[in-house]
Amino acid sequence: MTAEELKSVVVGKSVDARGTACPGPLLEAKKAIGTIKAGDVMEILSSDEGTKQDIPKWCGKQGHEYLGFIEDSGYFKVYMKKK
Amino acid sequence: MEKSTEVTLEQLQAQIEELNGKVSRLESNRLDQLSIAVVSGDLDKILAAFVISIGAAAMDTQVKLFFSFWSLAALRDPKKSPKGKDLISKMFGWMLPNGTKELKLSNMNMAGMGPIMIKYLMRKQNVMSLEKMLYEAGELGIEIVICEMSMGLMGFKKEEFIDYPHLSFGGAATFVADASESSIQLFI
Repeated sequence: MTAEELKSVVVGKSVDARGTACPGPLLEAKKAIGTIKAGDVMEILSSDEGTKQDIPKWCGKQGHEYLGFIEDSGYFKVYMKKK
Repeated sequence: MEKSTEVTLEQLQAQIEELNGKVSRLESNRLDQLSIAVVSGDLDKILAAFVISIGAAAMDTQVKLFFSFWSLAALRDPKKSPKGKDLISKMFGWMLPNGTKELKLSNMNMAGMGPIMIKYLMRKQNVMSLEKMLYEAGELGIEIVICEMSMGLMGFKKEEFIDYPHLSFGGAATFVADASESSIQLFI
């Protein structure tokens, strides 16, 4: 998805993991994924650079759909859809 | 002409069936499981073991940690003082770190300055502390097996280890059996 498309996506759950470094954001995402329904979109806010690579890998393994990320000031938002 | 095509198709089907059998055998041999033999007792290496383990567990991979030799010192609970140790066991107890807070760095330890600096940097950069990682590991169901032989060798008692929810004791065969069914095996 392009950055424009991602901005208009309906987010079912937002996880703010900006206060943690690796493996914190992944752990926060894992804890939150159980609270949303299949097909819902979750965004993960992180300031840890590794998260941009880790979330797609996690999605790939778990079968979730990785949608992309948007850069913001000092952090970024990673989007994924639960399978 | 038509007959030869038919034969090729049959052969192809037979080959696919054979491959399917091989793939399912491979898949059933290896579980989505990570086994680590944690032997080192250095702060940096124990940290690495827990970062990888928590990452794996967050990805729903089963994690089994086998703690042996120097790493056992990290699992000691400083609040517990076991009775009935002989002199050599007591000496080992005094000389080895008593829990996560006393671990040294494998490099740049600088008589204890190194760990203080690393812990300061970890706090500043929001890296979980080792104590927090142990708590999260427990929540995630990460299993820890303590090597009985090295425990005896270093004179540690079962009563002096931390109250970890998934702690057990075992020998080399336990690690080998766990590791042989794991798709990832590491030695730290």
